[in-house]
Amino acid sequence: MGLKFPIYLDHAATTPCDPRVVEAMLPFFTERYGNPGSRNHRFGWEAEEGVDTARQQVAALIGSDEKEVVFTSGATESNNIAIKGAAYMYERAPAGSGRPRGHIISAIHEHKAVLDPCKRLQKEGFDVTFLEPGSDGLITAEMVRGAMREDTILVTIMWANNEIGTINEIREIGALCHEREVIFHTDATQWVGKMPTDVGKDNVDLLSMSGHKIYGPKGVGALYVRRRKPRVRLQSLVDGGGQERGFRSGTLNVPGIVGLGKAAEIALQEMEQDGRRLLAMRTRLENAVTAALDVVQVNGHREKRLPQITNISFGFVEGESLMMAVKEIACSSGSACTSASLEPSYVLKALGVGDELAHSSLRLSLGRWTTDEQVDYAAEAIVKSVKKLRELSPLYDMHKEGIDLSKVEWAHH
Amino acid sequence: MAYGEKIIDHYEKPRNVGNFGTTDEVKKRADVGVGLVGAPECGDVMQLQIKVNQGTGVIEDAKFKCFGCGSAIASSSLATEWLKGRTLDEGLAIKNTEIVEELSLPPVKIHCSVLAEDAIRAAIADYKQKNGIGAESEKATAH
Repeated sequence: MGLKFPIYLDHAATTPCDPRVVEAMLPFFTERYGNPGSRNHRFGWEAEEGVDTARQQVAALIGSDEKEVVFTSGATESNNIAIKGAAYMYERAPAGSGRPRGHIISAIHEHKAVLDPCKRLQKEGFDVTFLEPGSDGLITAEMVRGAMREDTILVTIMWANNEIGTINEIREIGALCHEREVIFHTDATQWVGKMPTDVGKDNVDLLSMSGHKIYGPKGVGALYVRRRKPRVRLQSLVDGGGQERGFRSGTLNVPGIVGLGKAAEIALQEMEQDGRRLLAMRTRLENAVTAALDVVQVNGHREKRLPQITNISFGFVEGESLMMAVKEIACSSGSACTSASLEPSYVLKALGVGDELAHSSLRLSLGRWTTDEQVDYAAEAIVKSVKKLRELSPLYDMHKEGIDLSKVEWAHH
Repeated sequence: MAYGEKIIDHYEKPRNVGNFGTTDEVKKRADVGVGLVGAPECGDVMQLQIKVNQGTGVIEDAKFKCFGCGSAIASSSLATEWLKGRTLDEGLAIKNTEIVEELSLPPVKIHCSVLAEDAIRAAIADYKQKNGIGAESEKATAH
């Protein structure tokens, strides 16, 4: 089978919808189109049935009770409901009292959908500590412990990082939070559906997830809200019909929810097999690239990483030109420095990726239908492109001549 | 970024890539002028070298290397093409706006053409300094 271009290696951004998911969704557009809130007729009951099934499927994937699953429009909304909802509910001092309303712990390399709600809360009178990872990108329970205060009300730490795939010490952080009676939220968008999840054993109180990262549709996600030990309460952000136990008013997106449920069911069934296959494929990709090039670095902790993501930095090559060179591969890029052409990656910056590697990195994320052939092609294309650009790079020449680039007097402009 | 044909062409087939020796070697060559402009932190560095006929003052050859985006690569590649066969003064007459026009650089990439013009000036200033030509008032661009 011939390769089709471009090759999609950006599954951490979004995944194609599994055909089995689409098939499950279809009847809910045209035949079972009822509003699950309609209690008096078959249309409503059928829609409710679809939603109930999906709730069981999602609960099974994360090891929760189905009553603990709240459907949302996606992980961004889940994060907002969890973080702001918990902060407002558990605040220690009223706004305007002169004292911090409460203390929240997060990390500087979280997704924007966590950072921005935290920053809003900061403006509204909450204190927020943003933990800084080491060069491996990990947030540990010890780091969280060190930041805990008497008035800490919420910890929000992502399960796995979206740019580098590193896995934080969720179970340990959760245990610490329970010991201190602090609510623990995790943005598990990249983790759920890829790795085994058990909110009970993993000590998670609030968990955000998304449909389109697990081969489900876009525009739907879920928030797990623990009901026992502790029973988590949240102040709702959207008021209205009181759907989803009042946590999220608004008519349910039934086809989307059914799709999310089906995607969760498939993920649970195929997780182990997919994970093994993706890890082997990623190893193949990383080995091919790092064996063929010098001054190249795989970012983040080498072992504590999701199997499907790799983030590789290349020295002496500029990011945009690298993206142009590998145009047949659809992937994400970022640089750890400010460049005129690319938005710098605050995640790589947080890791302190060294200056000479700071200019270009590629995030390649594999998925359910990625093939060995695609991965081999990508590795070859990347190696060829980096070599070509290094032929052009005066910095690579200087590096080979033994010139210390940090000691050159550059004309800043 | 959607680039025009000419940028893509220069990016994919850059003209006159290379140099006339290592950093140390070209420093000692009086017939070669070197311009190194930009900074790694800013995401672009251009190195432009001209080989000048010391008798006629005509630029006989030009080579470049560039660490930077597609527009920076294209701008410096074009600069080498334009420099060949010109006298030093004709070389100094190249304006960044001409590069912008020739390559149809998008507005956010104008700085690449400015950098190319800086590189031209720096290379010519270096040559003049090595050969004791004129009281160079513009050599500030070299560093």
